[in-house]
Amino acid sequence: MNKQSNSFMNQPDERGHFGQFGGRYVAETLMPLILDLEKEYRKAQKDPEFSAQFDDLLTNYVGRPSPLYYAQGLTEDIRKNAPADKGAQIWFKRDELNHTGAHKINNCIGQILLAMRMGKTRIIAETGAGQHGVATATVCARFGLPCYIYMGSKDIERQAPNMFRMKLLGAEVIPVESGTGTLKDAMNEALRDWVANVDDTFYIIGTAAGPHPYPELVRDFQSVIGREARAQMLERKGRLPDLLVAAIGGGSNAIGLFHPFLDDKEVDMLGIEAAGHGIDKEHAASLAGGKPGILHGNKTYLLQDEDGQIDEAHSISAGLDYPGIGPEHSWLKESGRVRYDSVTDVEALDAFQLLCRTEGIIPALEPSHAIAAVAREAVKMNQDQIILANLCGRGDKDIFTVAEALGTEIG
Amino acid sequence: MTRLSNAFRADRAALITFVTAGDPSVKDTPAILDALVEGGADIIELGMPFTDPMADGPAIQAANIRSLTGGTKTADILNIAKNFRAKHPNVPLILMGYANPMTIRGADWFADACEQNGVDGVICVDIPVEEDDSLGDSLREKNIAVVRLATPTTDAERLPQILSNATGFLYYVSVAGITGLQQAAQNSIEEAVKRLKSGTDLPVAVGFGVRTPEQAADIGRVADGVVVGSAIVELVEKYGNNATPHVKDYIASLASAIAAAR
Repeated sequence: MNKQSNSFMNQPDERGHFGQFGGRYVAETLMPLILDLEKEYRKAQKDPEFSAQFDDLLTNYVGRPSPLYYAQGLTEDIRKNAPADKGAQIWFKRDELNHTGAHKINNCIGQILLAMRMGKTRIIAETGAGQHGVATATVCARFGLPCYIYMGSKDIERQAPNMFRMKLLGAEVIPVESGTGTLKDAMNEALRDWVANVDDTFYIIGTAAGPHPYPELVRDFQSVIGREARAQMLERKGRLPDLLVAAIGGGSNAIGLFHPFLDDKEVDMLGIEAAGHGIDKEHAASLAGGKPGILHGNKTYLLQDEDGQIDEAHSISAGLDYPGIGPEHSWLKESGRVRYDSVTDVEALDAFQLLCRTEGIIPALEPSHAIAAVAREAVKMNQDQIILANLCGRGDKDIFTVAEALGTEIG
Repeated sequence: MTRLSNAFRADRAALITFVTAGDPSVKDTPAILDALVEGGADIIELGMPFTDPMADGPAIQAANIRSLTGGTKTADILNIAKNFRAKHPNVPLILMGYANPMTIRGADWFADACEQNGVDGVICVDIPVEEDDSLGDSLREKNIAVVRLATPTTDAERLPQILSNATGFLYYVSVAGITGLQQAAQNSIEEAVKRLKSGTDLPVAVGFGVRTPEQAADIGRVADGVVVGSAIVELVEKYGNNATPHVKDYIASLASAIAAAR
């Protein structure tokens, strides 16, 4: 690959650093393992057989490419309340139509192929909303590998449908009681499992975070989203979008959409963190409310106190309920290439219902955060401008949470 | 650092003991540290609690939570170190913990704090040699030992890298896993220590899963130091603010077993 010095696309460096972020902050026991993983990934990148296998599975198993969809209903609805001539065209990358209902499967396909190349025979993963757990359980069933999913006990409670899906797919779901019983605790427990089972176990990390090379390889596997969207937009409209929008927990769907556009100077990008009850209250917006620190193998923005103790995150969306963010987003924020903002639980719930009513699409609570931001941005933009947002997951799993938040009963 | 090298003697292995600072409370820790010294510990590892102790088993995880729930701050830990130094001028003290609490105010700040409060060395679980510049340079500049970990996964190619800027002693984590759960077989420890010692002049200490005086003696026969952690932390958990006599007796049983081993 041609690495230009003025490019935003040539991160990380050889040590896995994105500027001051990223790196390999792991216990010594894991170091040989992640060095092996990096070696194997470099080999796979040059192996046409690996990419052929990856592409074939994405096409015939996942159902890619996902459609690029002009959301006319939503666009027109937003224009009703916009100033004259304002109200950008809203387009969605429909990654919620993937097999398993979210973008997570793209990454799992890539990682399980790497696991098998490395001769690993046991798969572990952490999950928050359960989407990554379901995607991991899915690829494990497909390739016949035993699968152990660590999931916070609080998340198990609010994501019961996904919990059952994982069981149907043959995975063992291990409840994590420690800490707050959410995604970060599940990740701690998965790391503890890994360190005790280094010989046979591969850890499929679900987001573009963790020790190098995970942030890079997860980004690369998810970049299929942005590559497809870029080509589809050029084909349909003959030009690139003016603004990209994606929700961010760890940030894998966002980096997957953004990365192939990073050197397209005319394309603005907006990453949306979860503001929970509000940025001045409990939230999960590490860039807005945190500062750089070291957790889970990488240096990145974290919610923490002055002593470096990690704060509890809060979001209505289990998939965004994490006190950190992928290191490349921390770097993109500091470099100024991507703008970051946040959306509260209440705003996301409104956007969730708005999309249901105007488009007949039930989105997951994660992309509902992006949709809320899209609505906010669209009214400031001209009607000939284009916003492209990643609809990274579908909302079937969230209907119980939404019903509870709205104070209604299902059925 | 002289304090640290003096603690390793030719006639017997050093007993290295770990407790979590602020467990069961900041107020109780100094008496527990005194009990370690009185029982016969040669080197004290004082654990800095962290909300997310990824490399620790249930016992030390729970100690971290007890300490933080009780409100332990970094300033309290440094204060405990300072008082310990005044009371025990010859016993080496090492801070052990995770990268984020150590580096959050900057590596230089932490190195200064170690120097000013009489800390002899630092073990940071999640800063491998690849990320050494985020803490190690500052510590070495202040003559604070940067203790590195070697594990069963450390091969012949990696060992020289780990040793390249290690100081104080080399800590051999004898089990691939988290703290406190299993113990490695004696012959594998013996083989590993031999391998490590052929690559370094630093003393080699062995830890993870050491509980009984017999185990401590077995390791003391082949290694320069024996590290005991979770078993002490479990006593603190069991007896709370009455733990000191139990800790002292337990440490004494380990110390005499190690002394008789060679």
